[in-house]
Amino acid sequence: MSFISYLVNGLSLGSVYAIIALGYTMVYGIAKMLNFAHGDVIMIGAYMALISLTQLGLPVLPAILVAVVVCTVLGVVIERVAYRPLRDASSSLAVLITAIGVSYLLQNTALLIFGANTQSFPSVIKWSGVSLAGGRLNISGVTIVTIAACLVIMIFLTLFVQKSKPGQAMRAVSEDRGAAQLMGINVNGTIAMTFAIGSALAAVAGVLLCSAYPTLDPYTGAMPGIKAFVAAVFGGIGSISGAFIGGLLLGIIEILGRAYISSQMADAIVFAVLIIVLLVKPTGLLGKKIQEKV
Amino acid sequence: MAALLDVKNLGISFGGLRAVNGFDISIEKEELYGLIGPNGAGKTTVFNLLTGVYKPDSGKILLDGQDITGKKTIDISKAGIARTFQNIRLFKQLSALDNVKAGLHNKHHYSTMAGILRLPSYRRVEKEMDEQAMELLKVFDLEQEAHLTAANLPYGKQRRLEIARALATEPKLLLLDEPAAGMNPNETGELMDMIQFVRENFHMTILLIEHDMKLVSGICERLTVLNFGEVLAHGKTSDVLNDPQVITAYLGE
Amino acid sequence: MLKKLKTMKKTTRSSMITYAIVIVAFIVMQALTYTGNLSSLLQGLLVPLCTYVILAVSLNLVVGILGELSLGHAGFMCVGAFSSAFFSKCMRDVITVAPLRFFLALLIGIAVAAVFGIIIGIPVLRLKGDYLAIVTLAFGEIIKNLVNVLFIGVDSNGFHFSTKDVMGLNMEADGTVIVNGPQGITGTPKDSTFLIGTILVLITLFIVINLTNSRDGRAIMAIRDNRIAAESIGINVTKYKLMAFTISAALAGAAGVLYAHNLSTLSANTNNFGYNMSISILVFVVLGGIGSIRGSMIAAVILTLLPELLRGFADYRMLIYAIVLILMMLFNWAPKAIEWREKYLSFGKRKKEAVK
Repeated sequence: MSFISYLVNGLSLGSVYAIIALGYTMVYGIAKMLNFAHGDVIMIGAYMALISLTQLGLPVLPAILVAVVVCTVLGVVIERVAYRPLRDASSSLAVLITAIGVSYLLQNTALLIFGANTQSFPSVIKWSGVSLAGGRLNISGVTIVTIAACLVIMIFLTLFVQKSKPGQAMRAVSEDRGAAQLMGINVNGTIAMTFAIGSALAAVAGVLLCSAYPTLDPYTGAMPGIKAFVAAVFGGIGSISGAFIGGLLLGIIEILGRAYISSQMADAIVFAVLIIVLLVKPTGLLGKKIQEKV
Repeated sequence: MAALLDVKNLGISFGGLRAVNGFDISIEKEELYGLIGPNGAGKTTVFNLLTGVYKPDSGKILLDGQDITGKKTIDISKAGIARTFQNIRLFKQLSALDNVKAGLHNKHHYSTMAGILRLPSYRRVEKEMDEQAMELLKVFDLEQEAHLTAANLPYGKQRRLEIARALATEPKLLLLDEPAAGMNPNETGELMDMIQFVRENFHMTILLIEHDMKLVSGICERLTVLNFGEVLAHGKTSDVLNDPQVITAYLGE
Repeated sequence: MLKKLKTMKKTTRSSMITYAIVIVAFIVMQALTYTGNLSSLLQGLLVPLCTYVILAVSLNLVVGILGELSLGHAGFMCVGAFSSAFFSKCMRDVITVAPLRFFLALLIGIAVAAVFGIIIGIPVLRLKGDYLAIVTLAFGEIIKNLVNVLFIGVDSNGFHFSTKDVMGLNMEADGTVIVNGPQGITGTPKDSTFLIGTILVLITLFIVINLTNSRDGRAIMAIRDNRIAAESIGINVTKYKLMAFTISAALAGAAGVLYAHNLSTLSANTNNFGYNMSISILVFVVLGGIGSIRGSMIAAVILTLLPELLRGFADYRMLIYAIVLILMMLFNWAPKAIEWREKYLSFGKRKKEAVK
């Protein structure tokens, strides 16, 4: 039974990774950049929810809404101020290094405002969950809600990208930015919208992550952020279903590795997965092959 | 006499698209040969196949009797093919001189240690490289710009520098991909003289892709016309250019 | 003398100036120390300063000269530090001449870091850009992680290894623990001195500058500027990428040796050998000007000294790093900023031929 319960925990953690990975993969697909600061937006989202819940005394849903709104604005501002000026820079390293700078900026701003102390995050999901197999398998409410939220987001995003007008614009920009511009698509607006969606998802992920692992400090987002990137690469960067599958698999690998191999080595295992995937199939499970033009 | 470059039945597909099919060409030593055809006919793909950027899925490439089919770019460079690129690919942050010296890379050696410790072999070989590179720059009228960063050179000079760099590898066969693209008639005229000069003084065999018909008819002795990835015509420049089939391919039905 | 300086090649003159800066700085610091004008705080910073300069210069070889972003540089420093500290602790009573012991430790640290550079470089360098950066980050974190679960002890039967805890070593009663997992290595002899540090800085500069201005350096920069063109003229891309990466790793290993022998306790955490350290080194390189060896050296010194000198400023150190990093990138790389600079500032041109 413990194996199944690890599996469920892995699915839950994997769902959080998947939601974060969606943000990475959409931004990468459209702006062709690795938004290193994405993980730290999660942390900001979690702090916003925490403040809304404890200091402002808001109920759960409005508190999440505050987090989503703040992160969305933050994501758009970051894109506008730090990334857009470098979009046509001669070296692709420029925007990556800038993104690292933004990540540091967010972490250290949080450090100054909220302090280095780890804060405990109140449970936002009061439901105690279900008990199966005569009480031998307990699945907590947070776990179920997280997995459900991930599924809903995933289905919604797929429909949005496939069916809606802005979704089609996103696909066009990701395919060929120049051509999309010529076709009259607002490229700047589309990229900004992608950052907005990604950051809003990050806020949701932040709340879910801190509900499952109820501690919060300025570095909370960094590691899950990097791991979610691993998940996005694992699934094939640029692909929404790839981020979903990659996230789930990575969560399961991490929890099983923690349980059966070594808890101290869990991070190393996750990174080893990334290295192996990139060396064996650099485009990930569902990624497309890109050939360089000569 | 055996041809310097002998290509038989060369082909490659990308996905379902047959980009080049059954391509043949035979170029004699010291010949100036033109490869022409409408946009998208597969000319640059042929260059990429000849230089190992792409691996052909059919056919054979013989350079001076040596089979180089499917070899890696670096080995093909060592075997004796050098090229320029349609969209100029210089080492932008290096000086013009260093661009040419990079081309001399495999012709002059000293160990990494000798370089770090500045041993006598370093000084001697670097001096040889400097002299040889300056001579090449002179051929292309670039000696004034030797110490300028390549990115800061005007367009026409960048194209010439790229040819100088290719020549530095001391190739048997030089491939020029649209050397006159973006040049004004004056510059094109100068370039034609330079290509002729290189052929005569370096005893070079040259295959070039070009759209400028004045250049092609002015210096190329023979032509191959490519259309939709297949050879449409081979032969003497004047014959090929008067071939009604070729004219149709260029002007449409 | 001055006349001779003028007739030198521009690159030679520039490197002479770089060496002169290091030597003058060394003499000034020594003079201040002997006359009692250097606070103990600053005296304690001298060896770390040398460590950071070596790290910055060596990372510049990968970021500036090879043109690939490595986010795991602290990992190489880490293996250099731990392997050499392990050696020195074992040899503490065997070799009593400190400089000799340090020299041997240095060779070991460099060799181990170089081997890691090759092992990691071979797979990693097949990747490009963002992917390469993230994989180096992954390797750096794995190294830090592994060091933290490593237990090594020695007793009359020889060495014992464990990845669990001290009990897992199964030693006899006379055994001593040398590497104690997260607590690391304690009791490394403090063999690093400012003189040794300065010499290592000079050697690092000498290697990187001369390599850059040699046939191999030209090949490495050619790959950076245009990989496909470099291949087309017969440059072995894999070989030269690996060469730059390995030399850079070896030098970072040397920095690790210097670092380890300046502390009595060596343990691996995020700030000294993790991601944070890798980023700090990257900030030095970016602030000093990517590709400018002298620039990274000066940036490393200034950014290490400033927060220490301005007390109370320390809390804002990382925040200021972050802002500096973002502004420098925007100023140096944004097409609009470049346009503006070329229009209004005459020194905009100089930047381009950076490589010193």
